[in-house]
Amino acid sequence: MSAVEHRFGSYGGRYVPETLMPALAELEAAWLAARGDGAYHAELDALLRDYCGRPTPIYEAHRLSERVGRTVLLKREDLMHTGSHKLNNALGQTLLARRMGKRRIIAETGAGSHGVATATACALLGIECVVFMGTEDMRRQRQNVLRMRLLGAHVEPVDAGARTLKEATSEAIRDWVTNVETTYYVIGSVVGPAPYPAMVRDLQRRIGDEARAEVLERHGRLPGRVVACVGGGSNALGAFAAFLDDDGVELVGVEAGGDGLTTGRHGAPLTVGGPAGVLHGAMSAIMQTEDGQILEAHSISAGLDYPGAGPQHAHLRDTGRARYDAVTDEQALQAFRTLSELEGIIPALESAHAVAWVLAQSDGELDLVCLSGRGDKDLAEALDRLGIE
Amino acid sequence: MTGVEHIAAAFAGADKRAALMPYLMGGFPDPATSRAIGDACIDAGADLLELGIPFSDPLADGPVIAAAGTAALRAGTTTDDVLAVAEALAPRAPVVLMTYVNIVLARGVDRFVRQAADAGAAGLIVPDVPMEEAGPLLEACDAAGLALVPLVAPTTPDERLREIGARARGFLYTVSVTGITGERVGVDYATIVGRASAATEVPVALGFGISNAEQAARAADAGADGVIVGSRLVREAAESDDPAAAVGRVVGELADGLVG
Ligand SMILES: Cc1ncc(COP(=O)(O)O)c(C=O)c1O
Repeated sequence: MSAVEHRFGSYGGRYVPETLMPALAELEAAWLAARGDGAYHAELDALLRDYCGRPTPIYEAHRLSERVGRTVLLKREDLMHTGSHKLNNALGQTLLARRMGKRRIIAETGAGSHGVATATACALLGIECVVFMGTEDMRRQRQNVLRMRLLGAHVEPVDAGARTLKEATSEAIRDWVTNVETTYYVIGSVVGPAPYPAMVRDLQRRIGDEARAEVLERHGRLPGRVVACVGGGSNALGAFAAFLDDDGVELVGVEAGGDGLTTGRHGAPLTVGGPAGVLHGAMSAIMQTEDGQILEAHSISAGLDYPGAGPQHAHLRDTGRARYDAVTDEQALQAFRTLSELEGIIPALESAHAVAWVLAQSDGELDLVCLSGRGDKDLAEALDRLGIE
Repeated sequence: MTGVEHIAAAFAGADKRAALMPYLMGGFPDPATSRAIGDACIDAGADLLELGIPFSDPLADGPVIAAAGTAALRAGTTTDDVLAVAEALAPRAPVVLMTYVNIVLARGVDRFVRQAADAGAAGLIVPDVPMEEAGPLLEACDAAGLALVPLVAPTTPDERLREIGARARGFLYTVSVTGITGERVGVDYATIVGRASAATEVPVALGFGISNAEQAARAADAGADGVIVGSRLVREAAESDDPAAAVGRVVGELADGLVG
């Protein structure tokens, strides 16, 4: 069994206070043991099937395909329990936390999808759950705040900075530094110090594994492109992982273009490509000033409103294996509407970024899009912006 | 004299039971006042100074120091401004810079270390650079005579403590509690100070949570060679109309607690 990667090229690592270093070593050992343990996988697989509804379908979006002039397949993570891919990871990590004897779980959340997923897994396993969330995100994702509360989690408001995902993550890490002996930190994406980026990718890669097998079976070939939105990058990396060795398959990560890349108000560090830096424990692509201060991101989508991205994405970009592009708030909103009207599928605003990118391309054949989540959580925000009453 | 030697001399020459090292946030409330606070600390009996370079996302800091950093940045404080404060204070006492790794990386490790040494800084503390990630930074600091001061925590196992202790330069920053910076009561210092002292040849300085003369005295009783006080002083700077005088007064009380 191979070791857990700490570095992806020059990216990744473990830039955290000394207090956490023994906990990360303990986590890595526990993950290695769980990864090789049939009983862990049997329990996770059974829950993913019976409780979460996996495997999720591949749906051929006919009217969308007609609109763009090529076949578009949607990997329906929006149909999974809790409404997004986040539960794949949250459930896997919560089972790991229970194996490790941890009595308290913390998580950060932006859109609330990861918070709801973690609260759900904790309800299922009877573990105390605290979710850190920026107060701006609590406002724009209120329905998810209520869901978390109903599920028995405590939502801890974070009022610093832009009051979004970056601040929530910083606060979760501070809590972990303080309560590390009793607490397990369920990070929500392929970010953070090792072993998180590799572990979260491995827990999400069934998105890609399922999709690859199903597309092969139904279409007798692999997709030309795999397209997914990138906040921290977990649904994208989960989808990409299965295709990394398939040289003919193009991998496209779609970041938040916000008001437009030239305005500086965006969440697209991979696309913009400035100097690498360290945010939340890992070296990766980040948005920063010349002095190294982390910039606030901006996106209509709370889940993509983050000035960093997973270290493996930075490496995939540099090696040319994946490419990254951005779509604006406005494009994402239009895609939100278009997919609703054409297919009767209301996507999460995050996922709408991937759909928007596909809508904007005139070339290609057989696109596989990871539809990472459903859009119920975004109705108020999006309908207001679209002027629908 | 190199920074490493400057720090060693300050510990050796301290006229108290433990050297007193106040922390101040560079550029808080503004660069000129932070320099005045540093001077007041030295006048009141500080043996060394820890000078923070503000960072937007300080993961090891509690609300008081984090808020001071945010305020300093909002007021326009740059890394260069804080290096200038260091340069002004360095002739009077060893200045140990404290910041986060992204601030160092943004200029490049070699350039940052050279500029810090040129400004007269004696040492550098980077709490989000554990031993495993420290290689290039330690090399650059050693070449410049700047002491790269590592941290150890109550959660650090003994063997790891020895490895970190062997690579410590200047002193071993010993975190008294499992947690972030902030004032605390009722912490047992003896265990962690004893473990740290057994693991290194350099002086052991205890920090995080120490906020009054009684606690400072207990740290010295526990065998600490140095006492670091941060949040209590930053809070004083934040709440007072005359930050330098107010911080100087508290440093004087802390110094009194370490005499005799
Ligand atoms: C539905 C959905 N998709 C995507 C994301 C972005 O996260 P990641 O890039 O890790 O997949 C989020 C984050 O909240 C989300 O809720």
